[in-house]
Amino acid sequence: MPVPRLTEATTVACIFFIFLVPLAATGLALMNVGLGRSRSAGHMMMASLSALAVAGIAYFVCGFAWQGVIGGPGHSLNLSGKSWNWIAAEPFFFRKLSFEGSVATLAALFQIFCVGLAALIPLGSGADRWRLRASCLSTGLLAGWTYPLFAHWVWGGGWLAQLGVNYGIGRGFLDVGGAGTVQVMGGLSALAVAWILGPRRGKYSADGMAPAIPGHNAVLVLFGCMLALVGWFGLNSAGAILFTGGEASGAALIAINTMLAASASALTAAFITKVRFGKPDASLTANGWVGGLVASSASCAFVSPAESVVIGSIAGTIIIFSVEWFELRMEVDDPGGSISVHAVAGIWGLLALGVFGQFQRPVLNVAGDLPSAMNGIAAGQWLAQLIGVATLLGFVLPLTYCANRLLNRFYPFRVSVEGERQGMDLHELGAGAYPEFITHTDEFLPR
Amino acid sequence: MKVVGILMLLAGWFLVLAAIVLFSAPPLRGAFILAGMAVEVLGLALAFRSHLIPREEKR
Repeated sequence: MPVPRLTEATTVACIFFIFLVPLAATGLALMNVGLGRSRSAGHMMMASLSALAVAGIAYFVCGFAWQGVIGGPGHSLNLSGKSWNWIAAEPFFFRKLSFEGSVATLAALFQIFCVGLAALIPLGSGADRWRLRASCLSTGLLAGWTYPLFAHWVWGGGWLAQLGVNYGIGRGFLDVGGAGTVQVMGGLSALAVAWILGPRRGKYSADGMAPAIPGHNAVLVLFGCMLALVGWFGLNSAGAILFTGGEASGAALIAINTMLAASASALTAAFITKVRFGKPDASLTANGWVGGLVASSASCAFVSPAESVVIGSIAGTIIIFSVEWFELRMEVDDPGGSISVHAVAGIWGLLALGVFGQFQRPVLNVAGDLPSAMNGIAAGQWLAQLIGVATLLGFVLPLTYCANRLLNRFYPFRVSVEGERQGMDLHELGAGAYPEFITHTDEFLPR
Repeated sequence: MKVVGILMLLAGWFLVLAAIVLFSAPPLRGAFILAGMAVEVLGLALAFRSHLIPREEKR
């Protein structure tokens, strides 16, 4: 398979977009901190930084080798005469990369940030009770194995991307900015972690009540939303260039669609909470905003602005009811709303591409060329998207759950009862994030 | 029940894979893929139910 090439202008634009991506991670980290308790705020920020570091190293060591790039070496199975490329075969430690601005180099740079972003998502669901070292181990697993495997199938010329070429199912599974590869992957890890950890103490009482444990800082949460927007511009634009053969000039449409989806989703969430509870809920509106960004990621390059508004509105509606359903009906304690925001909205975004996607420009396929015969409305694209979602639910979720359960057996994820009462900051780090807010009794002892 | 739920998720995914390989006619392939998804939804429901907290453990 030939390796795709970029013009110089597109390469420069792509590097600029990639440099925006860490802002999405910063935004998510701030949101996770704000939605958790004050006595675990420092721990959450430390866990976020550690997750980014562990993810980067794990991806460098073996992640990229297993993910690979379009046109790179890989292992294939032959099923009824068709090749199923299931894992890449690049050397470890980025050894084959020449760092001269090729697509492979840019993809490695982009992915090292993307995998960090995916690793931050489970931290939101494990807030206030997930031990630091356990979260680092889980992140290593995600960045070194689970993420690269699925990302290869979608972005590395794997079997999901080949569905169009091999079986005539649309253009194969498409995911422009990582709604599935990054967001749903992280969201399903968040679900696995929440299942393994169980709820925070006091979340569910024996009389069937589930009292709300509000986040401690709405300002951090809302500021995180704004940072995430800038990061998402980079995420969606760079993804479109690297994995669908887009030009830098397409970034305007992508940014407009990203902004509109987030806006529609946040306004819908604010409206629904106003109608239901009398006042708009800040944390659910923030969840709606990020959910809109997530839903836009799959399709931002292939839908019109009006369709983005529809996609965002539906995402905002789904998120509000999904958060409630997980918390009250399924008894899944997810302080950051990570499962609804990233997994549920991401799945909706992937399906929305199958419903609304219009392919006015050629799409880079796994053969590395731009076939003009594949323009227009894609027959069967919805089926390709459905297969991708089925793979996430039927393969990625069991794999993530079983791997994390195994880790939990050797190194328990959950902090002790005393640690949870004391707060993760004091228990694991030895100092609180807001020390001036704590009244130390020894300061009032007679001297 | 947890194990059964996880196994049903996997079984649904294998149905989807089988549909891709075995059927070339779009309607039949689509129907089997939807059937695979339905099995996955059942598995997911079972997995969620198995993680409900027993009443005596709520505190």
